[in-house]
Formats: sequence, structure tokens, C-alpha cells
Amino acid sequence: MSESTLSAGHVRTPLALRFPSVLVFLAVLGLFTLGVTILSEGFGIGAISTSFVKTLGKTLCLCLVALAMDLVWGYCGILSLGHMAFFGLGGYAIGMWLMYERTRLIVVDSLAASELPPTAQEISDGIATQIFGVVGASEFPPVWAFAHSLPIQLAFVVLVPGLLALVFGWLAFRSRVTGVYLSILTQAMTLALSLYLFQNDSGLRGNNGLSGLQNLPGLDAVPQATVSVWFFWGSAFALGAGYVLCAWIVSGKFGSVIRAIRDDEARVRFLGYPVEAFKLFVFTLTAIIAGIAGALYYPQAGIINPTEIAPIASIYLAVWVAIGGRGRLYGAVIGAAFVSLLSTWFTGGQAPDINLGFYRIQWVDWWTVLLGLSFVLVTLFAPKGIGGLVDIIIDRTTPNRHGADLGPDQGALREREADK
Amino acid sequence: MSTLLEVSGVSVSFDGFKAINNLSFQIAERELRAVIGPNGAGKTTFMDIITGKTKPDEGRVNYGDKGVSLLSMSESRIAQAGVGRKFQRPTVFEDQSVADNLMMALKKARGPFSVLTFRPDEDDHAKIVELAEEIGLSGALHRKSGELSHGQKQWLEIGMLLAQEPRLLLVDEPAAGMTPTEREHTTDILREAARTRAVVVVEHDMEFVRRLDCKVTVLHEGSVLAEGSIDHVTQNEKVIDVYLGR
Amino acid sequence: MLNWVRLCVALICLAAPANAQNAEAPIQQVLQEHAEIIAKSSRQTIGPAIDALAASGLPEARLVLAKWQNKEMWQNEETGLFVYAEEVDRDTLRIFDFADSSEIGEVPDDDYDQLKPNSGIRGMIGAALVQFQLTDPDAKMRRQALAAIERDADASHLPALRKAAEAEEHPGLAARMDRLERLLTIRFEEDESTRIAAIESFRGDLGVDVRATLNPLLATRLETASELPDSADVARELDPGSDALSREAAYDLLVSEGINRPRISRADKRAALVANIEDGSVAGVQVATLDSESARDMAYAALAETGVVQPVATEAEVDAAIDSQVFFERYIGAPPEIALAAAAVLQSIENKVTVNQALDLGLDALSLASIYFLAAIGLAITFGVMGVINMAHGEFIMMGAYTGYVVQQIVPDYTLSIILALPLAFAITFGAGVAMERLVIRWLYHRPLETLLATFGISIALQQIAKNIFGTQARPLTSPDWLDGSLVFNDIVAISYIRIAIFVLALLFLAMFLLVMNRTRLGLEVRAVTQNPRMAASMGINPDRINMLTFGFGSGIAGIAGVAIGLYAKVTSEMGADYIVQSFMTVVVGGVGNIWGTLLGATLVGSVQKGIEWLNPSNTLAAQTYMILFIILFIQFRPRGIIALKGRAAEA
Repeated sequence: MSESTLSAGHVRTPLALRFPSVLVFLAVLGLFTLGVTILSEGFGIGAISTSFVKTLGKTLCLCLVALAMDLVWGYCGILSLGHMAFFGLGGYAIGMWLMYERTRLIVVDSLAASELPPTAQEISDGIATQIFGVVGASEFPPVWAFAHSLPIQLAFVVLVPGLLALVFGWLAFRSRVTGVYLSILTQAMTLALSLYLFQNDSGLRGNNGLSGLQNLPGLDAVPQATVSVWFFWGSAFALGAGYVLCAWIVSGKFGSVIRAIRDDEARVRFLGYPVEAFKLFVFTLTAIIAGIAGALYYPQAGIINPTEIAPIASIYLAVWVAIGGRGRLYGAVIGAAFVSLLSTWFTGGQAPDINLGFYRIQWVDWWTVLLGLSFVLVTLFAPKGIGGLVDIIIDRTTPNRHGADLGPDQGALREREADK
Repeated sequence: MSTLLEVSGVSVSFDGFKAINNLSFQIAERELRAVIGPNGAGKTTFMDIITGKTKPDEGRVNYGDKGVSLLSMSESRIAQAGVGRKFQRPTVFEDQSVADNLMMALKKARGPFSVLTFRPDEDDHAKIVELAEEIGLSGALHRKSGELSHGQKQWLEIGMLLAQEPRLLLVDEPAAGMTPTEREHTTDILREAARTRAVVVVEHDMEFVRRLDCKVTVLHEGSVLAEGSIDHVTQNEKVIDVYLGR
Repeated sequence: MLNWVRLCVALICLAAPANAQNAEAPIQQVLQEHAEIIAKSSRQTIGPAIDALAASGLPEARLVLAKWQNKEMWQNEETGLFVYAEEVDRDTLRIFDFADSSEIGEVPDDDYDQLKPNSGIRGMIGAALVQFQLTDPDAKMRRQALAAIERDADASHLPALRKAAEAEEHPGLAARMDRLERLLTIRFEEDESTRIAAIESFRGDLGVDVRATLNPLLATRLETASELPDSADVARELDPGSDALSREAAYDLLVSEGINRPRISRADKRAALVANIEDGSVAGVQVATLDSESARDMAYAALAETGVVQPVATEAEVDAAIDSQVFFERYIGAPPEIALAAAAVLQSIENKVTVNQALDLGLDALSLASIYFLAAIGLAITFGVMGVINMAHGEFIMMGAYTGYVVQQIVPDYTLSIILALPLAFAITFGAGVAMERLVIRWLYHRPLETLLATFGISIALQQIAKNIFGTQARPLTSPDWLDGSLVFNDIVAISYIRIAIFVLALLFLAMFLLVMNRTRLGLEVRAVTQNPRMAASMGINPDRINMLTFGFGSGIAGIAGVAIGLYAKVTSEMGADYIVQSFMTVVVGGVGNIWGTLLGATLVGSVQKGIEWLNPSNTLAAQTYMILFIILFIQFRPRGIIALKGRAAEA
């Protein structure tokens, strides 16, 4: 990593120069967005299907959450297995409004034909029955109190994951839970949350989740082909903005401090930095980014249910970032895009089966095995992930540090081990 | 000279083993002090207590003009209050450049938000160049600190401590693993530092301590065995017993 | 000619039984006395006949009742005498005399009418028969009779039961009869003091039958009056608007008692308004304005004034009506003294039930704790001894369980297959563990987060491989017969033998672990490597070998735990994932590096989970959620677990 705080001439340099990947990234993202728009059904020649535009849009959201994961794990050294939970919470927050508002329009529509004009209570009862009929309830649970208000639910996209991360992080960091303990604790948090949402009386429709999110209320006349491109633009913008934000954060002294925390937390403490506050800041900020990514993802996916929050999802997130290359922002983006698109390709049944004569390898079944094993291989043999290829291309020599590779939790730690 | 740090009646034990036993210690401002003692005398634990890493079972640790207690403060608060510590093994952030390491150590607001919005100005850059010269790393400012030699890392760490502008500097075995010329340089740096602040050097090596030419405190089994000039303590019967063994 | 012959035969047949049958026999006398109602066979009138037979004290009465109940009693059309018979063929009967059970002969069935009591009458006959069965010399019959009464008791059983209880000599049966007699006394006795005495005798009895008998005595009915009647059978006064009585229910009672006029539901009001829409308005109110309840109320009131609809009570009227009345519950199940006595005894029973439920919960918690301990012990070894996080530990548990399943497919004998499966599961998971240590983990020592990730990868792959081989549906792992059933302490406290077996297995593992660690060369070397690998290596211990064996050992135990867990739960490819988080919680809560910590952790996690389930019994999902929250909070206060290592060792 060459993000030096100092430049040769002691002059303040723009972010783009301090962090050259920003310009490259924004250019690539811009071209990609333009290309997809031109090829889309909604705004262009229709060379790629609407569902594929949605897949690409969703992939951009996954890249954004991977970016958050990279910031918290690759830079700050906190292996969080809970960021997909924040992602899901963002999705739930926006999904509640989408589902409420759309159901309300339908109910109002159907009641308009009745003999008497509907009362507010009748409308509310009608919506509640429509939404909660599947879990045998007909009243709004308290968590839906603000579902009618788009601004409030949008605020929740940020506030709910942010507050959860703040409270959880505060508890965890102040008791100095670190390393694998912290990972397992975050996994437990995720498990608790998903188990809670699986309950029918959680107020969020249990394992049915929220559905029909792809239909924007009041915009029934707009075809999905158009809506999908809108969301694609939104996702691309969010990813670009997220990238610039993350680059800005990691390029300055803050980036130095969090990387230092990753490598030797105790030493940073003796430098006088309140390590817990820094970790909490990064944890909460990345949870918020994850929440925003989720809020963009689920309207494209159309449905959200507690399975999406299960611990395994967060593990896959770690897999993406590890395969892409930790500790470099573009690595996270490459990893998430590469693995999730490949995963879509393999599990979608497009990949050709391999006939071994005695056994036929069907990728729908065996892709997960391949992914799991390749993850092991990457951890063992290519800790820098795909991003490591960039280093080779740039031909940047890495310093000889007791033969250790560069990477998170290896720098100073490795040195310590060598001295033992 | 007024007292900067006063440790009195401090004890700490790990699983029944008393690492520090009713230890009392004082250091004045701008004083250079060497602490020596055999292995297991409690030198590192003593530093851990002052810097907040270990909480003692009993005793008081007061610091500064107002004599605030350090016991209720976190490590980072203690560091911010002006207590700097150099570890036995050089611990610099190897993944980052020498300049970045020094920039992090520079005395500035430490909160996450001020750090986030911090951008170095001309003075900061100048200060870093100055520090680099002081520790002999001017030419290596933009090298990754992981590439430095062992001795250079020690100096970088001392440089980081100086950048913190502490009032009390705790240095754990600074000369370990250094060549004789490097040692000499280190002595100079420490004596220079003690002109403007209190410095406590923990060291094994009697020759190095002699060269520091300062008051010496001998620790043994967690408490002070003797205190005085180097000649005074080396003639002390008990000290000879402890060092030569019986 | 033919007619003649038939007449002769008839005459002969008639003559023969008339001669053979003793019309004067006492039993026949009793029957003849009630011949008319017996023949009529109506449930309303048959009672006296059955009672007379039962009360006659004649030994033959039982035979009569039994045959009658079985529709084997016939009556001669001419003489009216009763016999019992078996059908020889369609037209011929072999008839017997009730008096001495002697065969009378074979006769054509034309002259006899079969008595066909309906099921109601058969039940009454059965009840009468019970008293004979209760005194039957065969203990088995008596037991059956008791069971019959327990199933469906009747007031008439009470005297018979009392008589039988006095004569009963078999101690077990006597106790059962006595208990049943007291239960029946509670239900059917007329004398209040006897009933109360019987009720009191059940103080603290845990039997479900007691509660089933007592509860109906406490039945109440909601009533209302202008003021509280000063009568003993008022159970309690209810406050409208409380949990026990909503204001709606209170008002509905007033309406049904005819005290107040009804309210109208929103839907009905709406329907009434809709029915009276004329030219876009209702009673002069524009339809378009009727978009709130208050507007609809006003429109309805206006409609009521025109007389089209019934006026209904307004909110104010409802409130006034409810406030002017008192509401109370009156005992209707029994007289008040008895109800109060029953309530007191039920309370004492409830208290005892609570204590016993707590005991039962304790047993449940213990068995859950032993399952967690089994699942966690292997993890505690690899985590505590080697500092290696093995996220694939859950999949080793799964492999063990599938090993058990496969062995059962090959060896059909369940006992033998379990005995085979345990060592085999150990061997397979030991091998898998060693392979994993050699291939992956040893390259990642001192990089804990990367170990975590790599083992995650293995976990994902293993899970999917199992899914590909065994499919997604749950596979059964059947326990041997001798593990079926439960050890029952009383009606509330019971524990299944499987859980006991798992508990024993957990204890065995603890003992084995302690033995290996403290008494063997391997244990010594493991401890040495744990504390200081370099020093151990310089003393001739090969840390590589020790690490490999330790990891294999921990994995092997996971395999055995898998067999045990498979017996208790279903075997699926995801079962490992279900246990992994709890297992980690167990290790973390207990404190790393100490087997007693793991034991305490398992006990704590198991008890807390069961405790939460007890507080919120409907929902195990919620229980798990709260359990995890509890652990997150617990770690706040003891970040290093219950048994924490201190000092330098803890910082390594």
C-alpha cells in the first residue's frame, strides 16, 4: 500500500492523487454504468435482459457491502460476521415502506368501489390483514408504526443498523473482546437476529419475509425494465460515493491509525489513541454503509426474508473480500463482483455439467463445495487474493519482513512470532 | 525539582505469585533514571502498572502537578496525559512508512473525529523532518518501516515517543540487540531527551547504565532493593548478592 | 301334511324346554317381575330392571347381565321365560337356562325373541356388571373393572366400589380402589362433609386425575347484579376493563340479560347505512362525508330517529350501564364449601406441581447441558489446548451422526450398530481431523483469523458434500429398544433414557479427558506443548505430532458426540451448524483452556436456555435469541469466561 500521508513537496494533494485507484475506479464504474444503460431494455437497445440488469445492480450493492467489510476487516482488523445482518436490516427498513405503501394503494383502490367512503380505520385494518394474514395476525405490530412514512423509513435504513452496531460494538469493544472472540460474538448476534426474525410474532412476517418489493408504489405504469435501470444507477452512484468515502477515510491519518490498530492494538493505545472509539466508529460507519447497500439491494431482489440474515451470508461476505484481496478497496469490489456473479452463473444452471462417466458433476450441487475449497486455497496460498495479481502487474516489490507476506494481522504480529 | 510521578505501596500478584510487592518509587521532572534488576524483578510489570496495562491490587500511582491518580485511567488517557512508553521489542507499524509512523505519534488531538478531519500542515511536515534527523532516519522517511534494520526500528520508536512530547518517558531495554555505535547514539538521544522531560530507562546492561550517568534504582522481587548513583549501588552488598547469585 | 309335521315338532320343542326350564328359579323370578320393561328395551325405563338384577344378590345375575349386554338373551314368546342361547345355524338356537347354566336343547328360533339392547342400555348394563367384576376372584378382571371405571365413572359405581374396596386383599389393587373411591366420592357423594374429607385427602397429590376431578367443582358463571349479593357462592367480583373481564364482555352480558339495549358493531352499522342509501345520502347525510366513525355514528342516529333502524346504545350509555352494575362469578360446579375446599387443595397441588416442574426443568437443563458439553468438549480441546478455532467442528459432529446412520443401514440390529458406530465415528472424524490439521491448519498457526476463515471454507464444503450425498431430508438414527421410554418419577418429573445415556456419555468423556490429560504421557506432552512449545520441542517432544494428535482427538470426540446427538435429534447436513454457535458460546462462557470451565459453561448455557424456555414456553426460537443476548451481556462482565486464566499465560 502506497497511500503515504506525505507527498514529496509537502503540498496538500487531492484525494485522487493520493489514492490513484479512485480515479480508475470511478472511470471504470462510469463506463460500466453507461454500457449497461445502453444495452438495457429500459433505455437502450435491449441487448441484456431486465433480470440481468437487476443482477448487475444487485452485484453493485454487494460490492458496496464488501467495501464496508473491507474497511472494517481489511483495514481495521475486525472480522465481523454480522455485516450481512446490517445489510438485511437496511433491506427490511425500506421493504416495510415499500410493502406498506403498495398494499395501501391496493386497499384504497379496492375500497373506493364500496358504497361508503372508507374510514382511516378500515384502510388500516385492510392493509394489516393483507400484510399479516400469512402469519395469522391482523393488526400492525409496533415496529410498523412509521411504515407509512418514506422519510422515516429511509432514516431507519441508516439508524437501525447504525444504532445496533453502536450498542453492540460499544459492549463488545469496551470489554476488550478481540480477534476470534469478536468474530464469534458477531456471528452470535447475527444468529440471534435471524432467529428472532424467523418468529411469526416478530412483526416482520416471520419466515415469509417481505415480498413484492420490486414494485414501486404509485409507479405501476413504469415498466420493470425502466425501474431496474433506475436502481442500477442508484446502486452505481452509491458504490461510487462509498468508494470515494472509504478512500478518503483510509488515505489520511485515520487510515494510518486503523491499520495500526489492525496490526498492533496495544501499541496504538500507548500512543494515546482511544482504540475502542476508533473501532466503534469504523464498525458503526460500515454497518450504516451495509444498511444503505441492503436498502438498494432488496428492491431489486424483490423479496427479503430472515434466511438472508443467517450467519452463512456474512461468512460469504468474508469469502468475497478474502478472495478479492483484503486491505485494498478495489480488492473487495473485485472479489464481491467476481464471486457473486460466478455464483449466479453456477447456481443458475447455466454452467455446463461435467460428465465423469461414473458420476455427473452438477454445478448447482457442487459449486458450494468448489467455493468452500477455493476459499481454503486462497487463505493458504494467496492471502492477498485477486488483488495480489495487481501487485504483480505493477511489479511492486514487497519488503522482506522475516519472509512474511504483507497483509492484515500479519505485519507486526508476524514479527512478534518470529521473536518468540 | 518537583515530583512528576509518585508510586507508593503498589502490589500486584498473578495467580498467587507476587510480581510487585509494596513498591514505592518517585521521579522528578526532567530527571533521567535507570532501573535495573535481574530477570523477574518486576521491571516490565512496573511499567505496565504506570501505563495502565495492569491494574495493581493495592497502592497509589499519582502523576503530574495535580497528582492525579493514573489507576482509574485507560491506557490511551494515560498516554495522552504525557506518559510515553517504548517496548522491549521494537514495535513500529511495519506496514506503514516512517513518516506515517511519526505522523501518527505527533502530539495532536486523538479522538476519531479530529483524526478523521486532520490534514497535516507545513509545521507538521517540518516537525517530522526534524525528528527524522534527530533519530538519523532522514533518508528513510518514505520507506516502509518494516524494511528498516533492528536498530533503526528502535530509533524510530524512540522518535515516535519524542513526537508524542511526553513529560515522562519509559524506555524498556533500548540498547538490546544494538551495535556499539548504535548504543552510543541511543545514549545521546536519551540524555538529550532527559533535558526536557523525565526519562526512566529499564536496562540489564551495566555498561550502558554507567554511560547514562544518572541515579539508579535496583529492583528485586518486586520491590526497591537499593537506590543511588551507579557506583553506590554496585558496591551495595545486597545488590551484589542478587546479581551474582548465591 | 307338512303343516302337521311342523306342528308336531313345535309341540315337542315347546314341551321339552317347558319341562327342563325351572320357571321358579329365583333369577327367573326377578326377570319375570320386570319382564315387560326388559322386553320393551327402552333406555328411559330400563333402569329399575337392571337395578333389581344388580341388587338381587344372586350369583346368576352377573351371567344374565353379561349375556344381555352381548345380545345373547332370548325370551320365549309364549311362556315369557328368559334363556340365553347360541345360534347353531340361521334357524336353530341352542338354549341354556340362567339358573344353572345347563343346556336345554336345540330349538328353532321362531319361538324366541332376541333382546337387542341399544348401546345406551348396554352401557347401563356394563355399569351394573362392574360391581360383579370388582369382586371377581380373578385379579385381572378386577383390574379391568377398575380401569373401566377410571375411564367412565358413574354414580352407581360408588357403592359397589366401596363394597369391593372393603373386601379387597391385594394391596396394590386395594390402594387403587381406595383412591378411585375417594375420587368418585368427590364427584358423586351426596354428603358434603364426606366429600370435603375426600377432597382434603388429595392435598398435594400430583395425579392428573385429581386435578381433572377437582377443576369442574370450581366452574363459575359470570353474573351481574346492581349490587354484590351476600351469598357464599360468589367466587369473586370482577372489575370491568380488567384482564379477567373486558368492558365489551361486561356489556354483552348486560345485553344478554336484557338489562340494556345492544350496541352495534362497526360492520353492522356500516351495513345498515349501506342498506339505507337513497340518492347518494343516508338520512339526509351525504355518503361522501361518511369517511369517519363519528360521521357514521351521526348518520346512524339520524336514521334511527326516522325509525328505520333500531336505536343503539351510545358510548356514554354503555359506560353508565357498566358502572351501575357489579359483575361477579358464581360457583356452579359445586356448593360453595366444597368449591372452596377444592380450591384450597388445588392450590396446594399447584404449589407442589411448580416445585416438581422446577425439578423436571432441572433435569431437562442437565440433559441439554450434557449435549452442549458433548458438542463443545472437542472444540474446547482444539481451541483451549491449541488455540485453534475450528469452524468445521460442527461438520465433524455431522459426520459422526451420518456414520451412525450408514452403519444402521448395514447392520440392522440397533444395539450392535450403535456399538459399532461409536468407534467408527471416532476413527473417521479422527482421520478427518488429522488430515485437516496436516493439510490446512498447521500452515496457519498464529494466524487465528485466517484459521477461522479456512475452516469456514471446509465447513461450507463438507456441509454441501453431505447434502449432495445424503440429500436434504432428515435421516433417522434409531436408538435401540432399551433406550426407548422414560424414567418416570411421578406425573410431572420424567426423563427419557436417551437423555440419561447422553448424560452418562458426557460424564465418561469428562473422566476420559481428565485421565488422558493428567495420567498419560500424551497428556503430559500436550500440556507441555500448550504451555511452551519451544521448551517442549527442546526437550524432545515433537510439537507437530502432538498438535496433530490433539486435533485428531478433539475431532474424534466430535464424531462420537455426533452419534449421540443424532440419536436425540434428526441427522441433517445442517445439524453441525445448529450446534456450532452454542458450542462456541459454551467454550467462551466457560473460559478457554479449562475443561471444568467448559463443563460450567455447558451447565450455564443449558440452564439459561431451559430457564428462558420455561418463562416463554411457546417459543424455542425466542429462547435461543434471548440466550445469545444473555451470553453477549455475560461476556461484558467476564470477558475471559467463568474460569479465567490470569497473568502472563493469559496474554499469550
